[in-house]
Amino acid sequence: MSDLMNMVLNNANTQWVLLATMLLGIASGVLGSIALLRKQSLIGDAVAHAALPGICIAFMLTGEKSLLALLIGATITGLLAAYCIQFVISNSIIKEDTAICLILSVFFGFGIVLLTKVTQSPAGNKSGLSDFIFGQAASLVGSDVKMMAITAAALIVITALIFKELKVLTFDPEFAKGLGLPAGFLNLVFLSLLVAVIVIGIQAVGVILMAALLITPAVAARYWTDSLGKMIVISGIFGAISGVAGTLISTLGEGLATGPFIVVTATALFLFSMFFAPGRGIVTNAIKRQINHKKINRELTMQKERGEYL
Amino acid sequence: MSYEAWIILIGSMAGITCGITGCFLILRKLSMLADAISHTVLLGIVLAFLISQSMNGIYMLIGAAVVGLLTVVFVQLLHSSGVQEDASIGVVFTFLFAIGVILITLYAGDVHLDVDHALMGEIAFVPWDTVQIGFLPELPKAFLMLSAVLLIVLVIIFLFYKELKITSFDPAMAAAIGIPVLFIHYLLMGMVSLTTVASFDSVGAILVVAMLIAPGASAYLLTDKMSVMLILSGVFGVAAAIIGYYAAMLFNVSISGSMAAVNGILFALVFFFSPTKGYLFKKFALKKVKYGSEQ
Repeated sequence: MSDLMNMVLNNANTQWVLLATMLLGIASGVLGSIALLRKQSLIGDAVAHAALPGICIAFMLTGEKSLLALLIGATITGLLAAYCIQFVISNSIIKEDTAICLILSVFFGFGIVLLTKVTQSPAGNKSGLSDFIFGQAASLVGSDVKMMAITAAALIVITALIFKELKVLTFDPEFAKGLGLPAGFLNLVFLSLLVAVIVIGIQAVGVILMAALLITPAVAARYWTDSLGKMIVISGIFGAISGVAGTLISTLGEGLATGPFIVVTATALFLFSMFFAPGRGIVTNAIKRQINHKKINRELTMQKERGEYL
Repeated sequence: MSYEAWIILIGSMAGITCGITGCFLILRKLSMLADAISHTVLLGIVLAFLISQSMNGIYMLIGAAVVGLLTVVFVQLLHSSGVQEDASIGVVFTFLFAIGVILITLYAGDVHLDVDHALMGEIAFVPWDTVQIGFLPELPKAFLMLSAVLLIVLVIIFLFYKELKITSFDPAMAAAIGIPVLFIHYLLMGMVSLTTVASFDSVGAILVVAMLIAPGASAYLLTDKMSVMLILSGVFGVAAAIIGYYAAMLFNVSISGSMAAVNGILFALVFFFSPTKGYLFKKFALKKVKYGSEQ
């Protein structure tokens, strides 16, 4: 444990990685809350899986592991997958869930095909592209981490700037149209923000589990409040805690992937919220019911003693 | 039988089994739940391995079926406690999958069970992994497991065809005439778990989703009859397995990934060119109507 403290305090790279995963957690918690209320959580899952072929194509084209190129590739295939889902839903009898599942698995299949192709080449063999599947925050180098941190911070700022518009659009699309808000454009902006946060997250969390960082903190935050503003803040905090804790735990052992630990931390926070959140938690509710029950019983007894019968 | 023939046969059997099961998932809007199960089955397999300390197929089937059903139960619990359905699926499967991955890296790293294998399957090695049971000649394990599951799936569909059909299209009516809707639901989810785990060795946990959903979705765009859809879906599954194998040999890439990709390409073809519900046909029909009204 003291080794861990030492490493955190003295190693600049570790501090950057922690900062980056924290900002990433905040950004994905914030955007995930809005995605949750817009019922777009699982589209995030599909986008994350669909980033894999983009990463591989970018690597094949550039021939080196430049994070920027990989992320651009991931963004293109991610957006393409989101577009394909919309296209299939609006042009056939296929329902949303089937379309998401179909696009997700087929894109991932293409990704695996390309990944096997990449790893056959001598340069690809040690490129560590497969780190993208489960995430490996420890493998991040300085410049990558700074880019990740800056992008995550930018995403948080942009979301804060258009928060009011997104809120109206989420809860009352008709009203938003009446106000003259460009709904189509805002939807596109939100989708791009979502894709961006997924793309910068995949190196730390991995394509398969990235969806959890969007969904789980948001669902947990939903237990604590009914106001979107507060929910976003809480979800951001939960996201940050998961990111930091997951990264720290995974650096404890050799070769441990980061993604699974981030997800487990997020789920632990979710379970805690589900049981103990004031207002909605299962245990809190049971205690409240118990207290209420006692109160009613006492009043009934008092009424009987006073001779008042119902 | 030659090595190549075994791979094609095993791939085709996985294709048929997944294709048939997938039809019901599409009709019941349960695709995402199948996606969730295909991820969590990994945990079942790891737990079965850790408890039994063997790679015996029977333990894995049991472990996978149990965790698969648990996934459904957890999603149901969260959903009924007020969480949106898509979010509850997201929370449950990512958590169970993450635990599975952690357990594999911590405890099972040195055996033949590893993460890459779990994701992509190793159909190329399947024909060598043989076993001898009773009077039968030596057969690949995956083949035996898939035949057993295919048989179970076919028997269930044969016995409960009417029930599966009516609960798929009109659950309220089904409940009204006394069909145990919930039982059928769990039966189907059990079928999905078994199918996933039987295909696990060959195509891996994630790509099995493509084999479950894509053939059924293609078939759905070609017919309005459930029996025809089931058969077409099986045919698409087999076609994707065979074409996928040869494509993989041609380009020298992962066989299971290539099968999933071919499944997607077949779907795209049907999506655009289906004679009744295809995209181009609809555009064409719309033009004809417009042209007709101008005259």
